[in-house]
Amino acid sequence: MALIHDLAVQGAQMTLVLSLAPALLGYTRVVKARLLRRRGPPLLQPYRDLAKLMRKEVVIAENASWLFRTGPYLIFVATWVAAALVPTFAQGLLFSWTADLIAITALLGSARFFLALVGMDIGTSFGGIGSSREALFATLAEPAMIMVVFTVALVAGSTQLSIIAAHMLGNVGIRVSLGLALLGLIIVAIAENARIPVDNPATHLELTMVHEAMVLEYSGRHLAMIEMAAALKLLLYVSLIACIFVPWGIAPAGAGPPAWLAGVGVYLAKVFAGATLLVIFETSIAKMRVFRVPEFLGGALMLGLLGTLLLFVSRGL
Amino acid sequence: MDVTAALWCMAGFLALSLLAIGSGGRGLVGTVIYAGSAGLSLVLAVIAVHVLLTASDVGQRLILPLGVPWIGARFHLDCLSAFFLLVLAIAAGAASLYAIGYGAHEEEPERVLPFYPAFLAGMTGVLLADDAFTFLVAWEFMSLASWALVMARHRDPENRRAGYIYLVMASLGALLLLLAFGLLAGPEGAYDFTRMARVERGWWIEGVALVLVLIGTGSKAGLAPLHVWLPLAHPAAPSHVSALMSGAMTKIAVYAFIRIVFGMLSLPSVWWAIVVMLAGAATAALGVLFAMIQRDLKRLLAYSTIENIGIIFIALGLALAFRANGIRWAAAVAFAAALLHVFNHALFKNLLFLGAGAVLSATGERDIEKLGGLIHRMPRTAFLFLGGCVAISALPPLNGFVSEWLVFQAVLMSPILEQWSLKLAIPAVGVTLALSAALCAATFVRAYGIVFLSRPRSLQAASAGETDRWSLGAMALLLGLCLAVGILPGLVIDLMAPALDQVMGATLPVQRAIPWLSFIPIAEGRSSYNGMLVFVFILSSTLVTVEIVHRFGSRQARRGPAWDCGFPGDDPGAQYSASSFAQPVRRVYGNVVFGVRETVEMPPPGDPRPAHIRVSITDYAWRALFARVGGLVDRTAGALNALQFLTIRQYLSLVFAALVLLLLMVATWR
Repeated sequence: MALIHDLAVQGAQMTLVLSLAPALLGYTRVVKARLLRRRGPPLLQPYRDLAKLMRKEVVIAENASWLFRTGPYLIFVATWVAAALVPTFAQGLLFSWTADLIAITALLGSARFFLALVGMDIGTSFGGIGSSREALFATLAEPAMIMVVFTVALVAGSTQLSIIAAHMLGNVGIRVSLGLALLGLIIVAIAENARIPVDNPATHLELTMVHEAMVLEYSGRHLAMIEMAAALKLLLYVSLIACIFVPWGIAPAGAGPPAWLAGVGVYLAKVFAGATLLVIFETSIAKMRVFRVPEFLGGALMLGLLGTLLLFVSRGL
Repeated sequence: MDVTAALWCMAGFLALSLLAIGSGGRGLVGTVIYAGSAGLSLVLAVIAVHVLLTASDVGQRLILPLGVPWIGARFHLDCLSAFFLLVLAIAAGAASLYAIGYGAHEEEPERVLPFYPAFLAGMTGVLLADDAFTFLVAWEFMSLASWALVMARHRDPENRRAGYIYLVMASLGALLLLLAFGLLAGPEGAYDFTRMARVERGWWIEGVALVLVLIGTGSKAGLAPLHVWLPLAHPAAPSHVSALMSGAMTKIAVYAFIRIVFGMLSLPSVWWAIVVMLAGAATAALGVLFAMIQRDLKRLLAYSTIENIGIIFIALGLALAFRANGIRWAAAVAFAAALLHVFNHALFKNLLFLGAGAVLSATGERDIEKLGGLIHRMPRTAFLFLGGCVAISALPPLNGFVSEWLVFQAVLMSPILEQWSLKLAIPAVGVTLALSAALCAATFVRAYGIVFLSRPRSLQAASAGETDRWSLGAMALLLGLCLAVGILPGLVIDLMAPALDQVMGATLPVQRAIPWLSFIPIAEGRSSYNGMLVFVFILSSTLVTVEIVHRFGSRQARRGPAWDCGFPGDDPGAQYSASSFAQPVRRVYGNVVFGVRETVEMPPPGDPRPAHIRVSITDYAWRALFARVGGLVDRTAGALNALQFLTIRQYLSLVFAALVLLLLMVATWR
């Protein structure tokens, strides 16, 4: 009985992230448009786009392989499972101990691995350019993420996200290493979600795009899956930052429905506040040249390394 | 008597080798030999598992009246040997199964068949040896047999060059190991391993011995900067032998390192740990960066082997550091990470080399710029190779992730170490580890994308056919093991527990007792990973998603021409090539590591000559170390050449001078 109960809460978390992700994307578009003095699309536009894509027929290139058709599902599921493992409104969910923060990073790595592969499947030059650049960015973003994980894990003495969140809640203090880790994580999040200044999610200008170039050949439900995965990834990173650095309001392990409801409310507030900050940052900065991005990400890597190094030198920093 | 049984298997390998020599390798002999090798490997695997499960044969030794008269040949099969024997047996079994099909394409089977079982016998012998002489004889046997296999296609001048360099490096390694054993044996000449472990030595002798062993075994394993022979020699051999050289022989070298350094040296100072760790980190980074830019599929895999050896040595260095501080439980975690990665790497690198062999025999091409689209022509191989790529890129739920995760956990425990040198070295090693893991994923996206996806870049690739059933079976077996270890890593950890206990005197928590079969290396609150649940989670979510999408969305699909922003080119040459894929990485990391020089020749407008871009890549290890040492040897030999043309009187005086010098040395030494 307890197992069914736990499964239900875990299922609620999975449904919550799934239903919230497009709204977050729509929200960033609305706020961005307002900041640019445009009216912008309605908040629910991403849902309509997804529904439209779902209904449409799929056009597959003649030489597409089975990987091209299964890839979108794998990418979506890997991202979804990763997003479901990040504590959003409650700690200590059933599957929170199946995978720690390193495994969540690796699950996102799996999604990226398959995305880069399907970009190369048709054998077009745009797909290749996207995959190649994605692979390059990943070679810096992933180690930067690992170093951030190291920093956080050394502070909390665990790589389990639920335990990290509880630890941060219990004995927070302003620490240099955590500040460095936060900055590094933000840079990684911006790069991983293909936001300005690394990539522009709104453009189809061939020479600058990375993420869009890989998915050019996709249509219909396959494209819907990939768009959904992208939206989930944005939500995941915002939730991750919220869970580690602003853990207040997450319901503790074993709490009941009232605490969960309150947790959901606080979580929503945190996520939308985070998205607002992201959009303000995006509108105030210009996109970088592709070969400037490694320097930007290298900065994140150095921040993460510095945070880890400080903790090796002194547990108190 | 497990040792006896293992020795009989080794004798069986030798008998197969003799059979191949006798029959000249014609007719069905090849099948018999490969099937026999596979069978003997299975027996070895059973023996190894039996030793690990019962820990019954520990301390049992067998002395045969062979070799040096007053010592004899001593053999043993303790838990450490048994663990590596299991790795060897799995790798050899899969490679032999594969070769039943693959070997049929061999042009000159008489150049492969006699040496293949001999190579297996040599590797088994190294694991069973219990004294320095037997060890070195088996080690040389392994080196020479593999050298003969590298030279199997000797008509290609590049293979001859590879063989020559390999032979030089193998001799160097053996010489250094001989010297190391000489130092370790002590004044009484204790040449069996048990007595060698008890000899009291000064710290400087231990240090010199460590350096000798590090270079001696490291040159065989591919540790930078001694790695240059490996990407030449491993790809030159037939593919099943390449798989064994990369998957198993490098592990034998790791075994030798562990046996000597962990088993015989006391090494109280952490400086030795730092040396090992930094050598591992440099190897990992160099190996993967070179793998990223290779055009030759098998050479790419060989460079990736170098990377993985680096990861193993990082973990071994961490284990040494913990042991030097007397923290045995942490040392056991780092050591378990090294052993698990040994096990995993043998599985997936074997799988990848066998896949590369299937591609090679189907297309005759190792250059990935001429491949492409093989997922359509060889769907099964493509699926199995994809599994290998996922495993080696350390992606859950396959096995590569588990061992890398465990190495990360070992790094995360290291703030408990006191020394400042370690506090500075370990974060640097950690970041190198993270970098090489990410670069490894990029490498295999490139390899898989160029070889199996996209459109065929040559006629050979367009007309390839699926490989035979034996080869597919061998690869499927390895992929199955990769998945099994990925979702149930605890079982392997439990299996290796006696080996951990033997070397470290500590073990990890018993994993099969943990609810839900989670993998918990230290303590539950610290870190846990449940590969099986992640796998089930992914599988069930995929099924639910597919079901929902197909029920509520459109199910229609139509084939059409590629979109490509409206400009799809018909020419397959217009696709992204392997070199263009690697170009950004080359540009970002290139100047530091590769010494890349790009020259563009652009003819002036109106000139019909084609434009050229030339890229030259230098391996600094080759230029700074090997070319210099080679030149020095050449010059010295040239200078000494005059000694060949002396009169008898002069020779006699030389002999006299040498005698006086040696006597003087003896006189001053005493």
